[in-house]
Amino acid sequence: MSNLNAKIEATSTNINPLLRACGLTCIREERVLFEALNFTIAAGDIVQIEGPNGAGKTSLLRILAGLSQPYDGNIYFQETPLAQQREAFHQELLYLGHLPGVKDEMTAQENLEFNLALHGLHTGSAEKTLSEVNLLGFEDAFASHLSAGQHRRISLARLWQSQAKIWILDEPFTAIDKLGVKKLEALFLQHADNGGCVVLTTHQDLSLPAERVKKVTLAYRFS
Amino acid sequence: MMWKWLHPYANPKTSYHFAGKILPWCTRLAVIFLTIGVTWALLFAPADYQQGDTFRIFYLHVPAAMLSMGIYLGMAIAALSSLVWQLKLADASAAAMAPIGAAFTFIALVTGAAWGKPMWGTWWIWDARLTSELILLFLYLGVIALHNAFEDKSLAGKAAGILALVGVINLPIIKYSVEWWNTLHQGATVSKLGQPSMSADMFWPFLVCFIGFACFVTALICLRFRTEVLNRNSMRPWVRELVANEGKTHAV
Amino acid sequence: MTQLSYRAAFALIVKRDLMIAFRHRDDIVNPLLFFIIVVTLFPLGVGPESTTLSRIAPGIIWVAALLATLLSLDRLFKSDYADGSLEQMLLSPHPVFILVLAKIVAHWLLTGLPLILIAPLLAVLLHLHESSYGALMLTLLLGTPVLSLLGAIGVALTVGIKKGGVLLSLLVLPLYIPVLIFATSAIDTAAMNLPYSGQLAIIAAIFFASLTLAPFAVSAALKVSTN
Repeated sequence: MSNLNAKIEATSTNINPLLRACGLTCIREERVLFEALNFTIAAGDIVQIEGPNGAGKTSLLRILAGLSQPYDGNIYFQETPLAQQREAFHQELLYLGHLPGVKDEMTAQENLEFNLALHGLHTGSAEKTLSEVNLLGFEDAFASHLSAGQHRRISLARLWQSQAKIWILDEPFTAIDKLGVKKLEALFLQHADNGGCVVLTTHQDLSLPAERVKKVTLAYRFS
Repeated sequence: MMWKWLHPYANPKTSYHFAGKILPWCTRLAVIFLTIGVTWALLFAPADYQQGDTFRIFYLHVPAAMLSMGIYLGMAIAALSSLVWQLKLADASAAAMAPIGAAFTFIALVTGAAWGKPMWGTWWIWDARLTSELILLFLYLGVIALHNAFEDKSLAGKAAGILALVGVINLPIIKYSVEWWNTLHQGATVSKLGQPSMSADMFWPFLVCFIGFACFVTALICLRFRTEVLNRNSMRPWVRELVANEGKTHAV
Repeated sequence: MTQLSYRAAFALIVKRDLMIAFRHRDDIVNPLLFFIIVVTLFPLGVGPESTTLSRIAPGIIWVAALLATLLSLDRLFKSDYADGSLEQMLLSPHPVFILVLAKIVAHWLLTGLPLILIAPLLAVLLHLHESSYGALMLTLLLGTPVLSLLGAIGVALTVGIKKGGVLLSLLVLPLYIPVLIFATSAIDTAAMNLPYSGQLAIIAAIFFASLTLAPFAVSAALKVSTN
């Protein structure tokens, strides 16, 4: 099948495919965002989804994470459809969307600890992890007193503890300073080298080596 | 497998045309049966020995009440097949049914009240059947309101479908509890909406009326279903082609 | 990776919801105040004769409890939906059933339980028949969880809609009718010193049925709402 409306570099017929999209079609409010999209994401891949606003980047990420249902098509995780192995897939998935999922009524540390515990990770080193995202000294501050950037960093802190293979990140660099971006990029590389994969959208240019980043470019469609 | 059998109808275009084919037949049958049934029921069927001609509202009230329940059941079945077999069009048919069901529930309520006036001397009485019919109307209105609240029609269909399923599980419980409540509070002092053992000369006109109304409902559902399908597929090539052809025939 | 057991995941969410609620006490207190005020309005509206009041007391208390629960339902998923934590919960490697049940249990602990505790006080204000207190408490104990369970379906369906509040009441209140009927009837029967175990058994049956079925409906609805 051809990908009529998207330019795709991530179709490497790799020996170790983690996620495979097959004939994905997404329709939102009667507008076709993308149609019959096929690609494979393998261990070691860093995939950047590109496209103008409204092209369906977020929708694609949400479909990949299993949060949204595509109008047509299927997602396969290790060659089995997502719907048949929800819990096993979620074990291997870390998805961070537009919303940081941080509760105002809890402190930075409590938020992180809850997020870690929810995904079955040890909460012991939460404090150390917060220092990775420059939140040392804010552990006991209620999230309501923290800025949007700090909320995002609380949610990103999970990356340092994560043992999930598939990272799906929607605009992870929003409200993050240059140094933070560098640190995250280094983390992505390390994750990919350890047999994981990263799928992300971003408006910024990645400073990762070009040969490491595969791009999926979605076009804006008017119909 | 049910799925395989249903598969051709999962195609919007096929089912749109299929509904288009049934529509005229249902309309014809409805016209024939209703003409015969209504004439028979209103002019020739015997008057009730107690209620006189008032009883004739029965030929409208009971089919409406039965259909109001039946349509809800149909809606729930459509919702179930949409959730279980992911039939997208089942959503559309459930959406098509809801307002029709609500309308028939309303008719059943109004005719029930109109019947109640000469029988009980009051427009409304907390009779078990009327009360459950009123609650059924609320359930319908809930489904319609939820459907309207979503911008995205496929999500609207799924959400309304879940509600219809929850409603259909609750419906017998509600009906039973209302009946129980009614007997508790009113005992046998008020006679229920009359269902004396029906004599044959009443039963046959009733049956003809009922079939007529059922055909009428089916026709309405087909009509609304076609509209829903077009609405949901307005960006599809076959719909555009259809619209273009339509434009041509009108232009000529 | 340490896989949380179902029980641990359940406890984790209940604990979190309780913690958030205790740091935001208005959410617990306001529905309760509403409950008290609504009940107070009735004697003012129908007059203070104690025979009338004790006749309608079960209905008033139960209707007020329904409305108070309805007001508090928003808390169940709304803020979690708005800040993205709901998504994270749905993506966690636990069955959605467990997560949903945990949230409903937390909701009941925060609204149903306080309602039960304050109900006898309001029953005194309404001159409820002395022999009815036991029935009142028992019906509330079995009935308020049903309100939380069925209400959760409504919230899950409307959580993504901007003005879902009024819609929620339209969806949920008809579903509350059976509980209302059997609960008030049990209390009335108790006032006549007759056994009311039949009604109680039916409420219990409704409770168990909604306990097993409602979380599935809620999960399905949440999947639609977060789509």
